[in-house]
Amino acid sequence: MPETCIYIARSSAIAARALAGEMMVMNSADSMFFTLNEVATVIFQAADGRTPLREIVRDRICEQFDVDPEQAQADAEQFVAELSGHGILLVSNQPLASETP
Amino acid sequence: MSLMSEVGQKAFNLGVPLTVHLDVTYRCNERCVHCYLDHDDHGEMTTAEIKDVLDQLAEAGVFFLTFSGGEVFMRRDFFEIVEHARRLMFNVKIKTNAVMIHEEEARRIRELAVDTIQISVYSHRPEVHDAITKLPHSFERTIKSIRFLREQGLRVTIANVLMTVNSSDHMGVQKLAAELGVHYTLDPTITPMMDGDTSVLSLRIPGEDLPEIFHNPALVGSQEEFCAPPKPASAEDLEGYSCSAGHSFCYISPYGDVFPCVQFPLPTGNIRQQKFLDIWNLSPQMKEVRSIQAKDLTVCSSCSHVASCSRCPGLAYVEGNMRGPSTADCEKSFYRTGVPTENMLRQGLSKPRAISGNTAPLIQIRPIQIQPITVPA
Repeated sequence: MPETCIYIARSSAIAARALAGEMMVMNSADSMFFTLNEVATVIFQAADGRTPLREIVRDRICEQFDVDPEQAQADAEQFVAELSGHGILLVSNQPLASETP
Repeated sequence: MSLMSEVGQKAFNLGVPLTVHLDVTYRCNERCVHCYLDHDDHGEMTTAEIKDVLDQLAEAGVFFLTFSGGEVFMRRDFFEIVEHARRLMFNVKIKTNAVMIHEEEARRIRELAVDTIQISVYSHRPEVHDAITKLPHSFERTIKSIRFLREQGLRVTIANVLMTVNSSDHMGVQKLAAELGVHYTLDPTITPMMDGDTSVLSLRIPGEDLPEIFHNPALVGSQEEFCAPPKPASAEDLEGYSCSAGHSFCYISPYGDVFPCVQFPLPTGNIRQQKFLDIWNLSPQMKEVRSIQAKDLTVCSSCSHVASCSRCPGLAYVEGNMRGPSTADCEKSFYRTGVPTENMLRQGLSKPRAISGNTAPLIQIRPIQIQPITVPA
């Protein structure tokens, strides 16, 4: 059975800035404020709507961090689901157009 | 400590300018009786210059960006500026009188995902509001605009500046804010005009009226906590700094001048002549502001209020010494707790001396956000 591709893109409704390696993210819709750790920041920055999540995990996470690939993929999917639930990331099984304000 | 406080502390410790207040113009369509600005245009930054400033601020790590004025919508390019800021992923807040916001503007503000719009409302009585702004029907237009913004689901805060001519209206404005479904903040600060004219100071509400505000739970939250007598200062308190001015906050004027804060008129450089980060990192004035610890304060270091006072170094600077007392905050501490300050005791005063002439604002309290931002644990 072929694997489902997950594409992720940042919502245009968010504000974001890196502070000492961690990403601050705020959704203007509800003013929920988050900070992302170094690994989560890598995924967030790579969320261009065109690169599949599995590729981001393989090429960015597993290359930069000493992690088990399957565990990294599972953690990444959980992280993406969480941020998607807060309207910070858009998720699709098709490539997404990058949102700009 | 909340996540937001943790981030604020981290930026403070690292010297990252987390928050910047940028006035895009001093021009205005209202002529508020208490306004301290010169509304003539003496050479505002162009669209391209402001966009370049925004690029530099993003690079410097600025996250929270407030656009204010003057009236921001007096600039025809204002939406172009906000669009650029949002493309750079700033958290954007706009301060406006909202008179020029109609349905189309409200829709555009929502599309640009602006975080908050803060709007000045002086009274729930149209005749009082219009008398302060000197713009006929401004109350009606401002309230109509707030409704447009709310229809778009935007977060709006009413800022209620309190002065002699509207001092009895703050409860009415609070009620109006609740009816409109918006937040409410109170600000009793009246500042001398930029050219030194102090005639507007006659509009300040008398210090004796402050306890009514400070003991109002709807405005200050827990009255017991807010008005509690000062606790003795610890060694850590004396090592502490006054506020975020120059540490993680600064102000930029429409002419590109950079200051530690909106209320701290100490020039540190001009962004038309230097890069923002060079001013932020290298300006001797910025470094001096950053160096001031509570233990260095000439009078306040021995004051019983030193650990809890909201002493503003900018207001102290306006009084002549950035390490000295800010009389406005001495008064605030006294009328909040009933305990005299060291500054008062040294002058042999049992209550603060009424301020007159070219001095700091009588009182200054931070805006109170009735509904705090939700921060996940």
